Amino acid sequence: MNLTLKIWRQPNAKATGKMETYNVTDISEHMSFLEMLDVLNEQLVASGDEPVAFDHDCREGICGMCSLHINGEPHGPDRGVTTCQLHMRQFKDGDTIHIEPFRAKAFPIVKDLVVDRSAFDRIQHAGGYISVNTSGNTQDANAIPIPKDDADEAMDAATCIGCGACVASCKNASAMLFVSAKVSQYALLPQGQVEAKDRVLNMVDQMDKEGFGNCTNTGACEVECPKGISIENIARLNREYLSATITND
Amino acid sequence: MASLDSKIPAGPLKDKWTNHKNNINLVNPANKRLIDVIVVGTGLAGGSAAATLAELGYNVKAFCYQDSPRRAHSIAAQGGINAAKNYQGDGDSTYRLFYDTVKGGDYRSREANVYRLAEVSGNIIDQCVAQGVPFAREYGGLLDNRSFGGVLVSRTFYAKGQTGQQLLLGAYSAMNRQIARGKIEMFNRHEMLDLVIVDGKARGIIARNLVTGEIERHSAHAVVIASGGYGNVYYLSTNAMGSNVTAAWKTHKRGAYFANPCFTQIHPTCIPRSGDYQSKLTLMSESLRNDGRIWVPKKLEDVEAIRAGKLKPTQIAEEDRDYYLERRYPAFGNLVPRDVASRAAKERCDAGYGVNATSEAVYLDFQSAIERYGREQAKVQNINNPSHDKIIELGEKVVEAKYGNLFQMYEKITDENPYKTPMMIYPATHYTMGGVWVDYNLMTTVPGCYAIGEANFSDHGANRLGASALMQGLADGYFVLPYTIGDYLADDIRTGKIPTDTPEFDEAEKAVLERIDFFVNNKGSKSVDHFHKRLGKVMWDKVGMSRNEQGLKEAIEEIRQIREEFWKEVRVPGSSEGMNTELEKAGRVADFLELGELFAKDALERTESCGGHFREESVEEDGPQKGEAKRDDANFTFVSAWEYKGDPKDAVLRKEELKYENIELKQRSYK
Repeated sequence: MNLTLKIWRQPNAKATGKMETYNVTDISEHMSFLEMLDVLNEQLVASGDEPVAFDHDCREGICGMCSLHINGEPHGPDRGVTTCQLHMRQFKDGDTIHIEPFRAKAFPIVKDLVVDRSAFDRIQHAGGYISVNTSGNTQDANAIPIPKDDADEAMDAATCIGCGACVASCKNASAMLFVSAKVSQYALLPQGQVEAKDRVLNMVDQMDKEGFGNCTNTGACEVECPKGISIENIARLNREYLSATITND
Repeated sequence: MASLDSKIPAGPLKDKWTNHKNNINLVNPANKRLIDVIVVGTGLAGGSAAATLAELGYNVKAFCYQDSPRRAHSIAAQGGINAAKNYQGDGDSTYRLFYDTVKGGDYRSREANVYRLAEVSGNIIDQCVAQGVPFAREYGGLLDNRSFGGVLVSRTFYAKGQTGQQLLLGAYSAMNRQIARGKIEMFNRHEMLDLVIVDGKARGIIARNLVTGEIERHSAHAVVIASGGYGNVYYLSTNAMGSNVTAAWKTHKRGAYFANPCFTQIHPTCIPRSGDYQSKLTLMSESLRNDGRIWVPKKLEDVEAIRAGKLKPTQIAEEDRDYYLERRYPAFGNLVPRDVASRAAKERCDAGYGVNATSEAVYLDFQSAIERYGREQAKVQNINNPSHDKIIELGEKVVEAKYGNLFQMYEKITDENPYKTPMMIYPATHYTMGGVWVDYNLMTTVPGCYAIGEANFSDHGANRLGASALMQGLADGYFVLPYTIGDYLADDIRTGKIPTDTPEFDEAEKAVLERIDFFVNNKGSKSVDHFHKRLGKVMWDKVGMSRNEQGLKEAIEEIRQIREEFWKEVRVPGSSEGMNTELEKAGRVADFLELGELFAKDALERTESCGGHFREESVEEDGPQKGEAKRDDANFTFVSAWEYKGDPKDAVLRKEELKYENIELKQRSYK
């Protein structure tokens, strides 16, 4: 298939960006989206131009690096996939594809399609952990049985890859789905109980400081999340937060 | 010439590590604040090491090329982590895990290191659970286990098909706690481009800020390399796109011996290539081999019909299917170790039985498992006389619970439904057992420079068992390095901060800048990827699953030619300022072009077959092991540690003789 690509180019953080138009031909439907961009980039390098910069690494849907807004949706038109898992069979010959970076005040653009998501790391620094040292003398792993359902739900929340599609899809650029997934994992496990209150208060506090918007229960995040994280986690986060606010001294 | 003293402590195997910990020097907690440590790479090994060293009180600087430490390729590991807990009561023990690992490594690893690994494995699970890692549990609330290749016990702990990510998030959360306290200074989007040696000791690195392009000097009292494996020398591998050998290779050029580069692992179950544009290969977890059965059609006409699209695999009757692993290896069946399974797949495909257009695919079939689970569930749910459709429906639910995300991944890539038709899989480069040589303390031949995780060579010999990489990474980072590095750092409590305005830093920085200047100014005609792909093809064709003398000699010559042409014709657009992805790639491929030659040289030198290194000239001629890899224990029971001398062809081989005091070397049979 032959395609027209409209891509956001921006040389660095301070420069003004704009959409540029490119053409690619003979794209196989079995190619992944990023492999299609590789074809474009080879063309650009061959003519001495700078290739389009975009974040990517594992190309198998788990590292969370790839973050392209494709035809108006973070990670493109398919459900339950990251950008790197999107394949060209989702498009047809003659299509025009719009490609932009994830847009949010809290995700400043670095170059072209690369954004700075260190806000997510800073939220994690604020409380996304259990305070246990590596001592090798912690109790036996089976000492505390955890109901399978709780373990499975914690695992579901823990599958979050920190890509930021939730933020990009939200009209308020809210990070609630991300924060709630992290808080939920620990809230569902006995090991997370000891610090549950401080954790949720500190993480939400940092989230607010980073400039993310507030949640208005739109639900776009859940639809676009490549790992299918449920907004029930947001409900849980709200409960944890309320409980911590009321009962904390 | 540095010495190849492995520094294995004396005494009985089971007491070596305990005695070593009791006798090494410690650093007073107050003094730890006076000591700086650099960790390059934040995967399982680097992340856990950075967190633990910071907890202990050292000042840690950690570096990763991605935008966050949690992106390291450890997250992609799917299947599980081994530990000798014997929760299943099926005969597991520290000794058995040790033995399985040494045997799985085809008797080319260091006994003492492997025993220690098995010893600390149980603690790793305890640590992870305490950190909140959501391992899979049974209905009784206790941890679940599954089996992996090359073993007869169920000792693998897992978190759905995402064990690597969950373990890495555990280490990352421990790092976050230390970052918040100010004990780890995290340098995201930074790449180490050289090691700095002062007075014979590793005292820092030169790093490039990948956003601004600035070259930075960072000093420390010790440097830990945790930069992962070099599988991307093949261009196509299951590694991440950015995975590279640069940090490890630079330490090699500064004096760290590089060991067993030819021991690379080709994983048997990956999604086959779909075209020339392929940028990487996707792994289908070995855990699938717990339930999937591998086969090709028995009849060549069936193979032809399938390739022509006239026959579906589901239409082939049981008796017309060659479950070749079950046929050749009755004791282990589909769970033979990876090197054995990969070679068996290649054998069938070379004989013409490959089921796709390029004859590079075999089937991984879940039909029997779905039926088995379905019948089991029908019983559990008290359904009498369940229909076949009901059985399938119940069985598919169980398979989805176990492997759901892997099946979804497969479908997205191939557009085929693995619940209804067998998966197509083919071997692909996955892991590198070779790496920087380290002693029992995980120190390289450069004093003060350590290597941990996949970046070092130590524990897996010539073949790594599934679910062991995660175990080794965390063992190295949580439980081994923090002790052994203390012994070395005990001498630095009065040293004070290492200055970076010294001639050694000047020289290293200058060399880095010169190389960068060369790349952005070279008036070349070909992209970096062009050279990377050519290198990858030579490596796969001639230094891949099956190697021979002629092929290896040709490979060496071709790699030299590609390298020569690279330095003349490589084109890197843009400047050295700001973000420049082509410049990043150029540096990494330049290093692969040197490593590739050393790799082929190592493969040529080692004329035996062992583990992942298969020399066509060294094969069992007859008897029950006919066709299997033939080791030459009399002549090759050593670690090949290569010393850098400038040109890869001039590298000097140093041998670390391997002494087995506790295990009898046997033919490695899985029949």
